[in-house]
Amino acid sequence: MASLRHERRIAADADIVWEVIRRPESIPTWFPGIASCTVEGAKRVITTAAGIEMPEEILTIDPLIHRFAYRITSPLYRFHLGVIDVIALGPSDSLCVYSTTAEPDPLALLIAGGTVGALDEIQKIAEATAKG
Amino acid sequence: MGRKILFITTDQQRYDTLGVNGGVLSRTPVLDGLAAQGIRYERCQPTSVVCMPSRASMLTGQFPSTHGAWMNGVPLAIDAPSVAEDLHDAGYATALIGKAHFEPFMDPFGLFAENALASLGLPTVEQDWFDGRRGVHRGFDHLEFATHGVMGALHYAKWMTELHPEAIGGFYPVVDGELNVNAAGGGDTGAPQVKFNNVPRDWYHTDWVADRTIEWLDRQDGDRDWFCWMSFPDPHHPWDPPRSEIGRVPWRDVELPANYPQRASERESLLDAKARHWRAWYDGRLVSNYEAPAKWVPATLTPDQVREVNALNAVEVELIDEAVGRVLASIEAKGWGDDVDVIFTSDHGEFQGDFGLLFKGPYHVDGLMRLPLIWRPARSTRPEPSVVHAPVSLVSLAATFLEVAGRPAPAWVEGASLPRSDDDARARSFDSTVTEWDSAIFGVDVHVRSVVTREHLYTEYRPGTMHDGSEGELYDLVDDPLQRINRFDDPAYANARATLAERLRSHEERPGERATPGTLMAPV
Repeated sequence: MASLRHERRIAADADIVWEVIRRPESIPTWFPGIASCTVEGAKRVITTAAGIEMPEEILTIDPLIHRFAYRITSPLYRFHLGVIDVIALGPSDSLCVYSTTAEPDPLALLIAGGTVGALDEIQKIAEATAKG
Repeated sequence: MGRKILFITTDQQRYDTLGVNGGVLSRTPVLDGLAAQGIRYERCQPTSVVCMPSRASMLTGQFPSTHGAWMNGVPLAIDAPSVAEDLHDAGYATALIGKAHFEPFMDPFGLFAENALASLGLPTVEQDWFDGRRGVHRGFDHLEFATHGVMGALHYAKWMTELHPEAIGGFYPVVDGELNVNAAGGGDTGAPQVKFNNVPRDWYHTDWVADRTIEWLDRQDGDRDWFCWMSFPDPHHPWDPPRSEIGRVPWRDVELPANYPQRASERESLLDAKARHWRAWYDGRLVSNYEAPAKWVPATLTPDQVREVNALNAVEVELIDEAVGRVLASIEAKGWGDDVDVIFTSDHGEFQGDFGLLFKGPYHVDGLMRLPLIWRPARSTRPEPSVVHAPVSLVSLAATFLEVAGRPAPAWVEGASLPRSDDDARARSFDSTVTEWDSAIFGVDVHVRSVVTREHLYTEYRPGTMHDGSEGELYDLVDDPLQRINRFDDPAYANARATLAERLRSHEERPGERATPGTLMAPV
């Protein structure tokens, strides 16, 4: 089981950062390389820019602790858990943490590699929103 | 019109696989002939013993700790400096045909241009350049990619899928269903990454790379200079050359390498004399890096498996030599022969049974670190054939290409152009080279620095998962060319160790700007 984590300090209020990520259907707007997705209840299917379809199950969307958790349910994965936490550090100051735990290990690395660009994009959108 | 440059690389090829370097398994008359006409380097070191950092050093003329692609899976920044950009500015037509690997192959989100070009059907794309301009991808007008087998979304895989789908199943699957480097055995001996491949030779990637290079050369204007990086994916594993060719080197006739002790106790005692991760990997207690099969235990390697791997490796080397011969003949037929500099090397080596090991990793010994390097300057310059014994590094390639093109080396280039003789090497202080290793994957980090001189190979292990910073290796290359006796703690070598440690400190403290280390995006 491999567990990886990337994080980003964002000059925006935690509520603004949370607003970027909280809706499951918004993922193509902030995750580079996810071209589209469909959402039905707790089921989400993403399609990557490389044409790969990955079914997912949304586990948690918690506006109180600003946590979004999901798992990839593709049979390629024996296990996957993705967690995005937005932590308020102060007014206009947040930490966004994107964790990936998965088995087989190389697949964790592939997803976690993509989350780096996602954090870039979340930061860009949130900071632009904060600036008005 | 100036001098054209044919830069030929292979992948994971040891120094001693060429006839001119003492190799006995492969016949390499073409490369041996280039060496006879030009400069052969007796001790060329990579900046890293894995593909991506090493190839990035060829392109940038920088060490991994400078260019930032510090391990496999970390992409070279798109706006990193590139010698191809400088040559492009100088009016050169620029091409890279074969294996690039500046960006990860595993790319489910389609983030990297190298993996998109074949699908896009474009020869190149525009990107940011180091100097703030935009231009062709890393300075190349034309890119056509291949890698090991038919993996990924690259041009060779697309070509095979579209034209010869029936042959794809003949290749060994480099990774398994979990995307780990495949441990499955094949051939006659069950050796990992070995398979009898019924692909016709004409369809194999070695010939494809040569064919595509010739096709690109055919389209060049004779009055324009060009820089062509022809990059063969072989003899890197998998060892699955066309079955029609494997009779060239019958594995049962292959002698075991001088550095393969047949008795397990001897292998184990040699490994125990090295830093602790050597034995841990051999025993299957540690997987420190992605580049060897995670589910394969080196202690299970048999003498016959070593023979078979080395035989197939030799076949792949012969096919490369013949492919190079075809490309050189094409250049001669165009009347360019006198004006082309040919440089041949590899990105890193391969254990091939040394110390009972295969593949590669954070193990800095000659099997992985001593490379073939041949520079046949354009015949119009009337080159003086020579053999350079001084240590040189692949970090010098970028400056060498620029020198050939009559361009000054820019400030970002860390390596001086290659010496043409030992006198030249002495005059320009080519007396040591450094190889770096940094990896951090799946909870294991390893950090290694080595310096090589004519007399010594010295390695320090920085603190990491397996090392506390106190371990090292020191080999006397004169008395112990197989690097079996670790003199790191030998009082008789205390002065040598201090001098070599100082060289590593100088390397760490060298002036110049460092790129921010890149982020690990994929296993490879």
